[in-house]
Parts: sequence; structure tokens; C-alpha cells
Amino acid sequence: MRVILISMLFSFPMQCLANNYVFEAGHASLQEWLLPDEVPSPKSNPQTQQKIALGKQLFFDNRLSGNKGMSCASCHSPDKGWADNLPTAIGNKGKVLGRASPTIMNTGFNDIQMWDGRSPTLEDQALGPLESDVEMHTDMAELLLFLNNSAYTPIFNRVFPSKGVSKETMAQAIAAFERTLVSNNSPFDQWVKGDSGALTQNQINGFKLFVDSEKGNCAVCHSAPNFTDNGFHNLGLASFGQEKPDVGRYAKVPIKLMKGAFKTPTIRDITLSAPYFHDGSASTLDKVMVHYIKGGEVKTNLSPNLKVLSLTNKETSDIIAFMQSLTTPPEPFNLPVLPL
Amino acid sequence: MILRLLIVMLFLSSNAYSASPVVVGQKDKAFTVETINIKVGDKVRFKNEDPFFHNVFSLSDTAFFDLGSFPKGEHRDITFDKAGVIDVECAIHPSMKMTINVKE
Repeated sequence: MRVILISMLFSFPMQCLANNYVFEAGHASLQEWLLPDEVPSPKSNPQTQQKIALGKQLFFDNRLSGNKGMSCASCHSPDKGWADNLPTAIGNKGKVLGRASPTIMNTGFNDIQMWDGRSPTLEDQALGPLESDVEMHTDMAELLLFLNNSAYTPIFNRVFPSKGVSKETMAQAIAAFERTLVSNNSPFDQWVKGDSGALTQNQINGFKLFVDSEKGNCAVCHSAPNFTDNGFHNLGLASFGQEKPDVGRYAKVPIKLMKGAFKTPTIRDITLSAPYFHDGSASTLDKVMVHYIKGGEVKTNLSPNLKVLSLTNKETSDIIAFMQSLTTPPEPFNLPVLPL
Repeated sequence: MILRLLIVMLFLSSNAYSASPVVVGQKDKAFTVETINIKVGDKVRFKNEDPFFHNVFSLSDTAFFDLGSFPKGEHRDITFDKAGVIDVECAIHPSMKMTINVKE
């Protein structure tokens, strides 16, 4: 009996259990954190290589915007973590907008789009910035005329034989391209797959704290496998305390709980897409942690899932080290040649 | 006397039975049933079985309500007094959806 107890005491740090996880590289309990091999796509818009290539051209083409000076990539740039590294986005005629450009990395895994969830699909989301007066300010009739009288026309006819150029097919092609943006080969992924050297001990400790609801409490919203619950939470950001704050999800779902709530973003590739939060108010991950440790700045209508955290400096730095392990090493990205 | 007592007990237990709510769980970020069929006057109990907060609301014409947010182990009851179809969601986790068919 004594032997068993001693053996249990010694084995506990190696197999520390929290949320039923065993924190050993490759352990079966961790596999839920691996993304599916394929990004789901709707039956009405199956992935094809030609469609993805067309979507890539459209994504990077400034001629889609009203003033011919903006493309999707203006706010979702491959060299800026598929965001723009600005606190809040810059729209039509240099207007500074109210919300940060979210990364579109891994957005194909999400079942709801936009900070306020107003788009149920990537196809719907793809048209949002085009049709927004303050974003790309596209004259849709003019754009369709251009696409129908340019080198784009035969490409559309080849990719969409029965439909050709239309608003719908343009959105489908852009969405198909966005579904190719996947981060699933980070050091954390390697560790979950069984490479025991992929994470440092600090990062493993950070992961334990991340999923522990009594410590970091991070996974309550940043849940497996894409580090988002696709849910909506008011994080108590200082901007919510300002006069006439951005009400976020409340504009779509007028339930008190949703006032000031925004969608949980993925934190995969988080090191590439600073600043953080929907208002870009945290320039570093350290500042993000300071906010969460306080349990939010503005307590009005705070998400019930948020609470004051009790973390030492070492624990905080371990959680940050863990989040830094969620970045897939970037690979060279080839820009498309645009049709004339 | 014993007979009277038995009748009272029978009445109480029958009342208790008819007042039993239809229980719908909230587990693994989903409602435990997709659809339930109830009658006007029936009570539905939403019970949170997840280790984080959930909400229950509906913006349906038949029943417009918000039961707020509540943690694991807690529940919220609501009685439906009008026939119709009610789409129910969790505002925090919008993929959580279910339908209640209330019949006369």
C-alpha cells in the first residue's frame, strides 16, 4: 500500500490531470486539440483548385473596391498574420474604423463569421466588406461589368460553367480561397501528435494553466480545436465604458447579455496578428494577460464566464509562452498574377 | 379518515405529476434534444450541465424571452401559454439551437 502511494505521488507531476487531460506528448486525451484534416465547405460550394486560384486573384485585386485602391488583402495581409497589425482597420478614403481587422487564418473552421457574427458563412462574409460604404465601398454593378469584360470572364466561365460572373460566384471563389488558409502545424500541434521535444516545460505548464478553470480559465472560451468557442462574450474592455460604446453582438441579438459582446477569435498564429481584442487595445500578449488577470476593466454587463485570475508572474509568463507555441512557422506565399 | 388521506395524497401526487417540467439539458455546447413537443401550460426546465455559463433565449413571435445566464448545475424554468413554434438558442454559443412545438 505504501509503495503504491509513493509511486502515485511521484507519477502525479508527470501525468497531472486537469479537465481529464494527461499532459504527455501524443496522449489520447489531447487529440481533440488537433484540427480536422480538411476544412469543411458547403455542398453548394465544393473546393476545386481552379476556384481557389480565382478566389486568390479576386482577394488580392484592388479593382474590386470602389476607389480601386483596396482589396481584401488590404486588411487581411499574408505578411501581417492575415490581419493588418493596426489597432482598428482603415477603410474607404483612409477612414479609421471602429474594429480591428480579425485574422482570417483558420476562419474556414468557424461556423459563424465577423466580430458580431452577422455572417453565417464565409460566402456571406466575403461580400460584407465589398458592400460596406466605409470599407471597400464597391459599386457592385460596376464591378460585375468589369468582371464581365475582362480576362476574368473566361476564368469565371470555366470555374462556374452554368453561372459565369455574378456576385454569388465571386463570393464563392473568395470563400474557397479563404478555406485554404490553415494553421495546423505549430509546435503545440507537433507536441499533441507525439513530439515530446516540441514544447518547453514552461509551455506545457502554460497549457495546463490555460485549460485549468481555476487558474488561467482561457479554454472556457478559447476551446478545442481552433481555440475558439465561436461564442460571444463581453470582456470588459475599457472602450465599453466610453459614451455610446460599440454594442457588438447586441445589434444582431438584442439580448442584454450580448451588449458589448464580440466573437471569440482563434489564438492560433496569435504571435503574427497583434494588436489584440476587437478594439485593438492590447498591443502585446502581456497586456492581454494583465486585462484578464484583472477580470476586465469595465464590469458592466461583463461575460459571466470571465473572472479575476490568481496567477503568479511565472504562471502568467508560462501561459504567454504556451500561446507563442500556437504559431505555425510561416511559409513563403506567392502573390497571384491578376487578369487584365 | 385513512380513505380521505389517501384521496388527498392521490390528488397531490397527480398534481405533482402534471406539473413536472420537461427537462432540456445544455451539455457539450448543445441542447440535449433538438425538438420537443409540449402542450399549452407545460413547463420546460433548461439545465446547464457544462462547466461554464449558458443562456437561453427566444426572439420568436410565439414566445419572446431571455432567461439570462446561469452556471453548471443551475436551471431556469419557463411555462408556455401560447401555441406555436418557438426557436430557442443560447446567446453565448449561437450554434446551440432547438425548437419547441407548443400545441393546444
